[in-house]
Amino acid sequence: MNDTLKKLSEKLNSKEINAVELTESYLKKIEEKDVKINSFIEVEKEEALRLAEESKKRREEGKALSDYDGIVIGIKDNILQKDRKSQAASKILEGFNSPYSATVIQKLQEKGLITLGRLNMDEFAMGSSTENSSIQTTKNPYDLKRAPGGSSGGSAASVAAGLVPVSLGSDTGGSIRQPAAFCGTVGLKPTYGTVSRYGLIAFASSLDQIGPLSNTVEDAEIIYNIIKGHDKYDSSSIPDREYKETKKSIEDIKIGYPPEMLEGISDEVKVSFFKVIEFLKKEICKDSQIKEINLPYQKYGVPVYYLTATSEASANLARFDGVRYGRRAPDAKNLEEVYELSRTEGFGSEVKRRILLGTYALSSGYYDAFYGKSQKLRKLIQEDYLKAFNEVDVIIIPTTPTPPFEIGEKTKDPVSMYLSDVLTVGASLAGIPALAVPAPFDKLPLSIQLQGAFFSEKLLFDLGRKIEQAFPAPPAVF
Amino acid sequence: MNYIPTIGLEVHVQLNTNTKIFCGCKTSFGDPPNVHICPVCLGLPGALPVLNNEVLKKAVLAGLAIKAEIHKKSKFDRKNYFYPDLPKAYQISQFDEPYCTNGVITIEEEGRKKDICIIRIHMEEDAGKLMHSEDSNVQESYVDLNRAGTPLIEIVSAPEIDSSDEAVLYLTQLKSIMQYIEISDCNMEQGSLRVDANISVRPEGQEKLGTRAEIKNLNSFKAVKAAIDYEIERQIDLINSGEKVLQETRLWNAVSSRTVSMRSKEESHDYRYFPEPDLVPVVLTDDEISAILNDMPELAYQKKERFVKDYSIPEYDAGVLTAKKEYAEYYENLVKKGVPAKKASNWLMAEMLAFAREKDLEFKDLCSFENLSALLLEIESGTISGKIAKTVFAEMIETNKDPLQIIKEKGLVQITDENAIVLVVEEVLKENQESVQSFLDGKDKALGFLVGQVMKKTQGKANPPLVNKLLLERLKK
Ligand SMILES: [Zn+2]
Repeated sequence: MNDTLKKLSEKLNSKEINAVELTESYLKKIEEKDVKINSFIEVEKEEALRLAEESKKRREEGKALSDYDGIVIGIKDNILQKDRKSQAASKILEGFNSPYSATVIQKLQEKGLITLGRLNMDEFAMGSSTENSSIQTTKNPYDLKRAPGGSSGGSAASVAAGLVPVSLGSDTGGSIRQPAAFCGTVGLKPTYGTVSRYGLIAFASSLDQIGPLSNTVEDAEIIYNIIKGHDKYDSSSIPDREYKETKKSIEDIKIGYPPEMLEGISDEVKVSFFKVIEFLKKEICKDSQIKEINLPYQKYGVPVYYLTATSEASANLARFDGVRYGRRAPDAKNLEEVYELSRTEGFGSEVKRRILLGTYALSSGYYDAFYGKSQKLRKLIQEDYLKAFNEVDVIIIPTTPTPPFEIGEKTKDPVSMYLSDVLTVGASLAGIPALAVPAPFDKLPLSIQLQGAFFSEKLLFDLGRKIEQAFPAPPAVF
Repeated sequence: MNYIPTIGLEVHVQLNTNTKIFCGCKTSFGDPPNVHICPVCLGLPGALPVLNNEVLKKAVLAGLAIKAEIHKKSKFDRKNYFYPDLPKAYQISQFDEPYCTNGVITIEEEGRKKDICIIRIHMEEDAGKLMHSEDSNVQESYVDLNRAGTPLIEIVSAPEIDSSDEAVLYLTQLKSIMQYIEISDCNMEQGSLRVDANISVRPEGQEKLGTRAEIKNLNSFKAVKAAIDYEIERQIDLINSGEKVLQETRLWNAVSSRTVSMRSKEESHDYRYFPEPDLVPVVLTDDEISAILNDMPELAYQKKERFVKDYSIPEYDAGVLTAKKEYAEYYENLVKKGVPAKKASNWLMAEMLAFAREKDLEFKDLCSFENLSALLLEIESGTISGKIAKTVFAEMIETNKDPLQIIKEKGLVQITDENAIVLVVEEVLKENQESVQSFLDGKDKALGFLVGQVMKKTQGKANPPLVNKLLLERLKK
């Protein structure tokens, strides 16, 4: 059983272990076990030990920055840390050392957390299996033949394998929740704008959101509370006074689920899902408090998501041109070639596909039909949710339509890969929070997704804890 | 066949805020390359823009100064294109919802007024600068990103300008307004005012505008005028020889005095504008707009009215003196120093303006108002004559010396001592018996000649009214 953050905090407080010992123990686990799952792109051992020494000293002097001072955390490779490498698992950012830290990294450091290294991901967070990493293929700790999900596959796999107690990922259309589901962990995509995006290498700016992956709901909540909050360096960040936390107790909660979204999902997912529904009816609220709801525009979620995300990505990734930083094609002889060769050699095929898709969707003559239309539908999807949250407090659906698929199973068919996001893109498009929690499963992880109105994270955590207690995930053995 | 030219101007004005539009870096000109840069204006991964509120205020002020409509809600968009001086490979600009539309700039030529409609003003960020070696063997180019992220407003006129002269009047007026409200120094050489011209011609009697060419690289008013004249002629010649004007972008080449094709319509960029997801919409409240309006400095036309009223100078004078904020300030400084209002205005309009135009200098660089007021007060007190003053003035703007020092050094102090002048008068009368006789015969003209002779002998230093008086006294004896 992996230690929770509270447990680790107790051990540090009681001096059962110190920060250096704690860090070394995790570094040892990574050294022994990560060869099997390849979750880390780089372990920043020296830097981590240096930070651990500082933390140890602080605790010795009674100057701990927080209860969690000295606890380690893994970071997805698209979140920047000053004077360290970050490359979003892309060749094009080879050798890029960031001159600044992401706001979330600063917030973690202000509480004394120690970053252990860079976690693998799909290149630029584009993918649902982490197979699009230009660096390595991460394996699912529950079954090494299977994918850990993506794009935060390294973040999920490392937590599931016990290599880190907790990690940060980023979610654009399901990139925290789907790998969390595949690896039997908890994952939160916060309300858009509650966690700063400053220092997160952008994929799709209007959707990207950083969030925690963890073994328990409690751990996710602890990390979320550390990293959230207004950031003056992010214009889309919500001012603290506008963060109106949903105040609702579990006892009088109303839950809804949209039956039409259960169409086309695998039988084992469905069976597991209804086990959770039965549990909720029995243990949490009265029969009448759980009802079927209707989200008619959800069926357009995947195309709307892919048009929105690729359009924004086509602009966000244009800056990677070999001119100022990252990798420049060595054979380029003139400006045209610097652009062409650097981008041809630097980007993987999925990234190229999405840049091309997005460029097309924004092109003059096609804008209205593609990008323009997708934005109108995005509004309708948002309104769907607003209406639903007038009736219920939480919407419950599975996180993924299937259990984890095998590595290589979907790489030849991008559309089938895109469809694995069908249950997660809605919350991203609407900007609402969504929490993935393990659902009952035997061997291959399954997951339940709780979606709530803006700022309802607390409520999702409270409900998530009940489900987690009822259906504890069996640990990964590999 | 007569052809009517139609010109529309797109003017980029660099706003003089202390910091850049989306980050805290200093805006500057002439510093060493890449010293005012940060993750945001470098376009580093993960960096995000945050709108500088000063930019918004100055932009709104510009809109209010041209009586335009300020939109309470506008948004930023991304304009996508690759160029090494554009770090993000997109420029943050405003596309279909600019903050300001529908203004007017009035130009005036020989008393005839004409309103030029301003279609829109929008805010955007500037790009960096490429630096190429003069040595053609050097295979590398460099980029300086100090300027990247400097705030700009783009002011787009309707195609309502009929000639190169009108274009220059329009630009002069625009520049004057921007300088009046102190949002930009509008220095074309340093690039804080940049002009692109859209030009077309159509046969007289035809309603529909002809095909237009867009002319870039116009970096002085002179270039604007020359390029427009050249382009109008080029298009007329094309049509007359049976060819078609192509829709294209052309560059003005100041050396050959020609415009040359840069890219055709087919080659033009598809900028793929879309809303900037990293910025929230720009929202202005009525209170914010009226607060900006309250901060509005006195504008040219208001100053003109005040000058007529306060200084009792003719409307024409007031118009000239308020054409530039600099003139008006200079003028008021002279008056404050005690120079009579009309005398100050005469001197500025006659002497200073001529020299300023000839030397292409600002008033203050020609001669300080302290020096000029000192000189003019010397005329007032009778120490020197108006004529001598002109000599001193010429010397003063050459050497930048204190006028009193020049007067002293050159011994130019006016002779007001009657006894001294009487001696010269008597000498002149003795030497010019013929003229004396003519005068006595009733030919008044002779008096002028005699005055001239006295002035000549005193190197112009004698006080002319005194000379007149003394001559008449002696002649009538
Ligand atoms: Zn900057």
